[in-house]
Amino acid sequence: MKLGKIFKNGLVTENPVFGQVLGMCPTLAVTTSAENGLGMGLATSAVLLCSNFAISLIRKLIPSKVRIPAYVVVIATFVTLVGMLIKAYLPSLDEALGLFIPLIVVNCLILARAESFASKNNPVVSMMDGLAMGLGFAIALTVLGCIRELLGNGTIFGHMIFGSSYKPALIMILPPGAFLALGILLAGFKKLTSAR
Amino acid sequence: MKIFIILLSSILVNNFVMSRFLGICPFLGVSKKVETALGMGMAVTFVMTLASLITYFVQKLLIKLDIEFMQTIAFILVIASLVQFVEMVIQKMSPTLYQALGVFLPLITTNCAVLGVAILNVQSGYGLVETVINGAGAAIGFTLAIVLFAGIRERLEISDVPAAFKGFPIALITAGLMSIAFLGFIGLV
Repeated sequence: MKLGKIFKNGLVTENPVFGQVLGMCPTLAVTTSAENGLGMGLATSAVLLCSNFAISLIRKLIPSKVRIPAYVVVIATFVTLVGMLIKAYLPSLDEALGLFIPLIVVNCLILARAESFASKNNPVVSMMDGLAMGLGFAIALTVLGCIRELLGNGTIFGHMIFGSSYKPALIMILPPGAFLALGILLAGFKKLTSAR
Repeated sequence: MKIFIILLSSILVNNFVMSRFLGICPFLGVSKKVETALGMGMAVTFVMTLASLITYFVQKLLIKLDIEFMQTIAFILVIASLVQFVEMVIQKMSPTLYQALGVFLPLITTNCAVLGVAILNVQSGYGLVETVINGAGAAIGFTLAIVLFAGIRERLEISDVPAAFKGFPIALITAGLMSIAFLGFIGLV
């Protein structure tokens, strides 16, 4: 599979959030700010990259009947590793993402890629797919985070955009705002990709 | 009294789907018909209550063996086995329900709500009874949200929705409006 095609797949055609609608829990929960969205996106990418690589390495050794539990254990191991690294070196991100860091292990995206790609392709290509999907996920989360932070706080990445006269729409950084923002974004994405 | 507050909190105030964003994947995936939503809700309730109970003891064991960092791996293995077991039970007891739930049953393993409630129980430092009540309450809240949502989605299917919004977009916006409604419960506890 050509590298360019893999990257286009992960970033646009089968974008985890906009195309496949996978990994919704963290998408909605942590995008209260652009920084949190980016942080979660990169953490998930790291796990996805490593797990795709590892699972692809051992794909011929796992019996088909126990493959799902085997994948889950591999993914859980990397999530524990990434979680510990974040706790040690990025404590503010750890506090912002909270419960959702260990929950990366049940992110349907990672298991789906393991099942549909890593188990059938060689390690290098699997790693590239993991990177592409991870980046697609991270970009989607950052975009959603930017929108919610901009409307709900008047800032992007902490920088004031609208000025002090803007009255923030607090609902955007509360749960309903996540649903509404993502719904409208999905509709927009659908319109854009169908217009081609 | 505390039990009542935990129940009220997990079902309404901190509803797992509407406020905590746990269990969104099945919430969006299985909510097309009220009957499947109800079936899924009951399966999840069973799994979540049992999972809360078992992970309570697993956590005690992890602390005793001083390997608390294994929490994620241990919990997810417990949940995966539990779901496998529930799948076998449902297959034996009600083949029609098994057919209806289809691929969604094994998906309960990746339901963030199950792992989420297990971790939350540990973080809140609940005792045994409180853990089980919280697990059951969270699942009841999930069932409530998913059944309500299915009811609305059944009507949406026959409504005139713009092409770009058909399917997930309009479902998400509906969920957003439901979420606003659930915000009204905040002062309750």
